[in-house]
Amino acid sequence: MSVDTEISPARQYSVLPKVSADGSVDGELLEVAMGPQHPSTHGVFRMDVVLDGETVVRLKPVFGYLHRNHEQIAETASYLGSMPYTDRLDYFCSLTNNWAYALTVEKLAGLQPPERAEYIRIITAELTRVVNHTCLAGFLLMDMGALGTPLMYAFREREKILDLFESLTGARMMCNYMRFGGCRVDLPAGWLEEARKVVADYPAFLDEFENLLNTNEILMARTQKVGVLSRELAINASITGPGLRASGVDYDIRKVDKYGIYDRFEFRVPLGDHGDVYDRYMVRVLEMRESLKILQKALTDIPEGPIMDPKAKIRGFRPKPGESYGRIEAPKGELGFYVISDGSPNPYRYHVRAPSFINLTILEDMCIGHTVADVVVILGSVDIVLGEVDR
Amino acid sequence: MLGSGIAKGLKETARNFFGSYTDESRLVTVQYPEEREPLKEATRNFPFLVYDGVDPAAGLRCVACQICEKECPPQCIYIIKDTVKKPDYTGKMQIQPKVFDIDVSVCMSCQICVEVCPFEAIKMDNEYELSTTDRFDDLLLRKDGLWKSNEYYHKIHPTEAAEVDRRLAEEKAKAEAKAKADAEAKAKAAAEAKAKAGAAPATPTPTTPAA
Repeated sequence: MSVDTEISPARQYSVLPKVSADGSVDGELLEVAMGPQHPSTHGVFRMDVVLDGETVVRLKPVFGYLHRNHEQIAETASYLGSMPYTDRLDYFCSLTNNWAYALTVEKLAGLQPPERAEYIRIITAELTRVVNHTCLAGFLLMDMGALGTPLMYAFREREKILDLFESLTGARMMCNYMRFGGCRVDLPAGWLEEARKVVADYPAFLDEFENLLNTNEILMARTQKVGVLSRELAINASITGPGLRASGVDYDIRKVDKYGIYDRFEFRVPLGDHGDVYDRYMVRVLEMRESLKILQKALTDIPEGPIMDPKAKIRGFRPKPGESYGRIEAPKGELGFYVISDGSPNPYRYHVRAPSFINLTILEDMCIGHTVADVVVILGSVDIVLGEVDR
Repeated sequence: MLGSGIAKGLKETARNFFGSYTDESRLVTVQYPEEREPLKEATRNFPFLVYDGVDPAAGLRCVACQICEKECPPQCIYIIKDTVKKPDYTGKMQIQPKVFDIDVSVCMSCQICVEVCPFEAIKMDNEYELSTTDRFDDLLLRKDGLWKSNEYYHKIHPTEAAEVDRRLAEEKAKAEAKAKADAEAKAKAAAEAKAKAGAAPATPTPTTPAA
């Protein structure tokens, strides 16, 4: 039987029958489009997978369904006008996005946030990290088939932190809180007490969550030795965040750059040994504990004082010509903003280094050889938010 | 032992399930719309225009400077200036908006219009049940749908509104003091001029305070 080798240029993969050595057809490869409406893809994301039986032979991530021209819009809007759009990048972590952008523009304009603002930024950023990792753990377990229970427990706790965000910034998710040179409003009366209470209660929830599934045999079978990312590949593909640390690379921008006032806090950086899905899950769970440690110290140490640099101005903000790159350790990895100013009210060039996007590039390497069911789990462990991937 | 991890997890689930019968704090769901959680003071969704006094048209703080229109990131505000001026809270004659529209289907609730407004004229509302059957006209709020009284503002954001009132009162006092000082300076200058000229009346006639 002859094999038709003519491939249409529109076809991305050659889905040809497998031919064994004697020329007989051995079975067919199957091309499947997972997504963009697949519930496990965390948004509108498509994976074109080529399957041999149930084993993944090739995988191509296809994205762009949520593209909304963020960078181009930012070049036409004022510097302040892009701040609410950064909320919508990684919509789970709007406060860290705000911080990364504010940090970049502060570098450009030479602004220095006062002490209290720095503390507020650390508090909100670490709360955001806790929210993100809590949600991620819930979603990852749901991808594995633990329908409902872990995610509901995670969302119950997340709600308490979102309430804190709402009473501080006015919105649960689209916070739009940080400004160039400080923060928008001061903490309302009683906020610190509430935050201390939430932080003090959180370890009890983490214990509960870890009891629930960490030693679960099914979870271990589904995650250990699945989607292994080698240390070398992780570094070469410039993976950042928990994914990199799970592969055993000690790289946390909070430690490396010590932006803000992170040098005043003591915390450990959890590292993984194997770089599999279980390590990526556990690194996040352990990171939450470290975040809580930072939070406890920050919530007791926070000084009184102003929250805005007196040099900062809201109307008519025009930084001097120049360029700057600011980066922070966002919950998903290194979030960087690159801004060029030509002295006009809007940036000349604006670029986002989105961790979700770059962490997605090694998806194929992690998935090849695993089954379709594992693809879902591996994607869940990469922790992407499509708002940030597509921008 | 195989299965002990699963048993440990199920114990946790059971504790939560039976706990919900004894512990109020485990019942976290709010049965909307029968029950509603009280809104936070800072809660914001869409902007509204503040007016002082009883007559919305006369008391509107907005002076149609169009700063919010320019700064609005999604460009959802549309303003046309009126040719007729009206006095503001300090008594100064100011332009007023003839048309002030906000398309709430475009608005992203970012609050930048509130921050850039120099006249404390636009503030954030916290009303959230806004569903309508017409997505074009009903979601395009006109000036008469946007204006709300200062009392309403005090009701939804008490701390912030008190702060704004204090600032406005300060500005008003400053403006009045300045007007008074200007009038005195004018009177003094007039008196000196008269004294120089050596003309008759010793006491100057008080001039009316400058607007």
